[in-house]
Amino acid sequence: MLGFGILSGLLVLPLVGAAFILLLRGDGEAVRSNVRWAALATTVATFLLSLVAWGRFDAGSPNFQLVETHAWLTDTIRFKLGVDGFSMPFILLTTFLMPFCILASWDSIQHRVKEYMVAFLVLETTMIGVFGALDLVLFYLFFEAGLIPMFLIIGIWGGKRRIYASFKFFLYTLLGSVLMLLAIMAMYFAVGTTDIPTLLAQGASRFGTNLQYWLWLAFFASFAVKMPMWPVHTWLPDAHVEAPTAGSVILAGILLKMGGYGFIRVSLPMFPEASVYFAPLVFSLSVIAIIYTSLVALMQEDMKKLIAYSSVAHMGFVTMGIFSMNPQGIQGAMFQMVSHGLISGALFLCVGVIYDRMHTRDIAAYGGLVSRMPLYAVAFLILTMANVGLPGTSGFVGEFLTLLGAFRANPWVSFFATTGVILSAAYALWLYRRVVFGVLDKPGLKTIQDLDRREIAMLAPLVLLVIYYGVQPNPILHAFDASTTTLLANVQAALSVVKTAAVAQ
Amino acid sequence: MNPALAVPVFAPALPEIILAAGVLALVLFGAFRGERSAQVMNYAALALLGIAFVAVLAGPSVRTEALAGSFVVDGFAKFMKALTLIGAAAGIVLSTDYLKREGINRFEFPILIVLSTIGMMMVISSNDLIALYLGLELLSLSSYVIAAFHRDDVRSTEAGLKYFVLGALSSGMLLYGASLVYGFTGTVSFPAIAATLQGQASNGVIFGLVFVAAGIAFKISAVPFHMWTPDVYEGAPTPVTAFFAAAPKMAGMAMAVRVFVDAFPGILGQWQQIIVFISIASMALGSFAAIGQRNLKRLMAYSSIANVGYALIGLAAGTADGIQGVAFYMAIYLAMTVGAFACILGLRRGNVMFETVDDLSGLSRTHPLMAFALAAMMFSLAGIPPLAGFFAKFYVFAAAIQANLVALAIIGVVTSVIGAYYYLRIVKVMYFDEPRERYEAMPAGVAVVLAVASVFVILFGIVPKPLVDVAGAAARSLF
Repeated sequence: MLGFGILSGLLVLPLVGAAFILLLRGDGEAVRSNVRWAALATTVATFLLSLVAWGRFDAGSPNFQLVETHAWLTDTIRFKLGVDGFSMPFILLTTFLMPFCILASWDSIQHRVKEYMVAFLVLETTMIGVFGALDLVLFYLFFEAGLIPMFLIIGIWGGKRRIYASFKFFLYTLLGSVLMLLAIMAMYFAVGTTDIPTLLAQGASRFGTNLQYWLWLAFFASFAVKMPMWPVHTWLPDAHVEAPTAGSVILAGILLKMGGYGFIRVSLPMFPEASVYFAPLVFSLSVIAIIYTSLVALMQEDMKKLIAYSSVAHMGFVTMGIFSMNPQGIQGAMFQMVSHGLISGALFLCVGVIYDRMHTRDIAAYGGLVSRMPLYAVAFLILTMANVGLPGTSGFVGEFLTLLGAFRANPWVSFFATTGVILSAAYALWLYRRVVFGVLDKPGLKTIQDLDRREIAMLAPLVLLVIYYGVQPNPILHAFDASTTTLLANVQAALSVVKTAAVAQ
Repeated sequence: MNPALAVPVFAPALPEIILAAGVLALVLFGAFRGERSAQVMNYAALALLGIAFVAVLAGPSVRTEALAGSFVVDGFAKFMKALTLIGAAAGIVLSTDYLKREGINRFEFPILIVLSTIGMMMVISSNDLIALYLGLELLSLSSYVIAAFHRDDVRSTEAGLKYFVLGALSSGMLLYGASLVYGFTGTVSFPAIAATLQGQASNGVIFGLVFVAAGIAFKISAVPFHMWTPDVYEGAPTPVTAFFAAAPKMAGMAMAVRVFVDAFPGILGQWQQIIVFISIASMALGSFAAIGQRNLKRLMAYSSIANVGYALIGLAAGTADGIQGVAFYMAIYLAMTVGAFACILGLRRGNVMFETVDDLSGLSRTHPLMAFALAAMMFSLAGIPPLAGFFAKFYVFAAAIQANLVALAIIGVVTSVIGAYYYLRIVKVMYFDEPRERYEAMPAGVAVVLAVASVFVILFGIVPKPLVDVAGAAARSLF
């Protein structure tokens, strides 16, 4: 039918759910319940559809698959969708995390439920769009469009300083990405199209060295803010702290990954020379991020802020891995992103669980939870260990591979980054000790209840996956194996062309 | 003159002739029927604009000259005239209910709107400096009266007077510049001026060009000739402000394109720097000055200044793609500004119109649809995809990059982020703050305008190609 494929379906399905929710009239308890169930059904259906897409996806091939293209802006700027080994895992991660977000908001969101669910479903469409877009203008469109629902989610349902946080989030990200827009235009005039496969094939040879530097920097401005890399990370702790639980999950689980995905999709293959040139800069910023934000995390009094800073540190491993430009580094970065999506998402859910009960995120307000909440303590423990990167959890695989990749590229980088692993153990375990162990002497905690069924359903799959992928990382690694090989081969080819040209002169 | 030739020579000006003849009939009708005719008059004026719209679309797409070469119709003129007519019609629809409630629904109002529309269409089609000036004066004189239409209201009369004094000054500057250009090139016809000015232009021509540019900048409210805009926007009755923000802006930008691209293509390097300066100054001032505004109409005034700056980026590029960007930008800006003003017109309780930002507080709770529409307009004005405003900015910035005006493009995107702040503030007030009392239901006409504008702005991203292509064809007819 009109050539619309499964990826269009993934984009449209959440919107259909959102439209349905908008049609529900009234604001009674029954309506709110219907809205929640409709949102949950939509996200689950989207997840199932993405599994179908995954079934049709051949991970052995590095090519773009499930490609569909429709007339859009001009003949050369088209509405083109498709996935390869780098984007498919993120689409699955997005659709997988969404039902948990809806579940996490089940009781904690009581006012304007309809708008809340609509905002989340629209956000899901834009996130899938970012990873599925095969045209840079379309990529940009989804990349930016996601700001609107997230701005509303933080601003309407956020905490005390929600307005400050939402503005900071919006304007910071916007400022970064407008420069990317200009770079996309420059690429369009240099190559004559914004089609990503074409740019991947020809881009590197069409952009002169100087142009590559500028384009790389423009994209870097956008991705570094989104990632976020030190020193442009300051919006993240604010946004995380003020956002509702589900907003934090999406922010940490998906939105941060857009930066890393962008580096792998655009910066590395399209501007290989510039990537080599700027790699030391990225390494320095990554190492600073890993060490500095880990130290900052140690000092936090707010649980969400602590996890937010630890996210910045973990993203430092990702950027370090990507720009080490070897198979271990890139695979490690990809794995780290997927695994961090699960771990940090689950950690924010954990914070949400006790926040819903006590309405505070102050670490000092808790202590001794283990005696009243054993199940919670187990789940939180496993996730904390995964966050530290304990072998046997998925957190280890990503950190190990990125460190290995970095070691091959530059042992010193790897050396300094490893200290971050130690620091992460320090802040994560200390957090756990202060919240879960100790004496339960706070009066408010005396009657606190353990996880209920909804919360178990919410946390159990994530915890199990974190362990499963820790011992069995191959299913994920295999997805982008072929793509990584091809990517690196292309980058090497582009670089050797430059070297030959330099020698010939 | 051979009478047999008379008909074909006038044919390209058919829409203008229809409007002119129609408006004279309306004047007579109104004079006989008196004030009772106001409502009928609105419908008649709308019908007239509709007929003219059809006549514009039916006109020739290839460049056709008429009236001894002082009048020209081409694809660009058709496109901009269509926009102007839509803007004028929206102005009438938005004003009907308002004027009735304020007790100023006199039959002259639609007549003045149509008269100024004729002036705008003459300006768009002008092919020499005299025709340009005549059209501009017809447009301006009607506008001064419309601005002061609420004649018992101090603010409205003040706005009219201010507009008149400053407008007369700028018309004088334009006329002075035109006379210099005529003096140094020996002709008033645009094609003849273009043929004369090749390569290096004499200082006299440059001097004249600067004065012409100043006059044009006044009409499109570009910095440094923007000072009248906030006062007039705030003082004039709200539907009149909506009209000013829509229709004359279309004509003004078309005039700028017409003069610079048709008459001075040979000395692009000379006027490009003027336009670049005006553009940067407008974007920067519009974005920064709007931050502190509490009054919605003043805020929209600064927003319009900034938007003119963005549209001028396309003109600064001076290429067919750039002009396509201008035409495209104005089409989308028309929808956004009309939609935003429709929302402002919806803020009424009894006989009081509310027009400050704080009056929007919690609008998403009391009037969810209206708040949603206004939020869409604001995000669109801020240039956030997938709304229409993003595509508008996309084309002008792309033209600037293509013409190697990278610094201009960078300044443009940075100011657009600054501008996003005050647009976001409106969304914040509507969605994050506590609700106030409900407003009255929107008048039907305003609601229709808002609905059309919202659907256009929100869904434009799905099928952008038709308008892009039409704007592209319009722009290429100039080159």
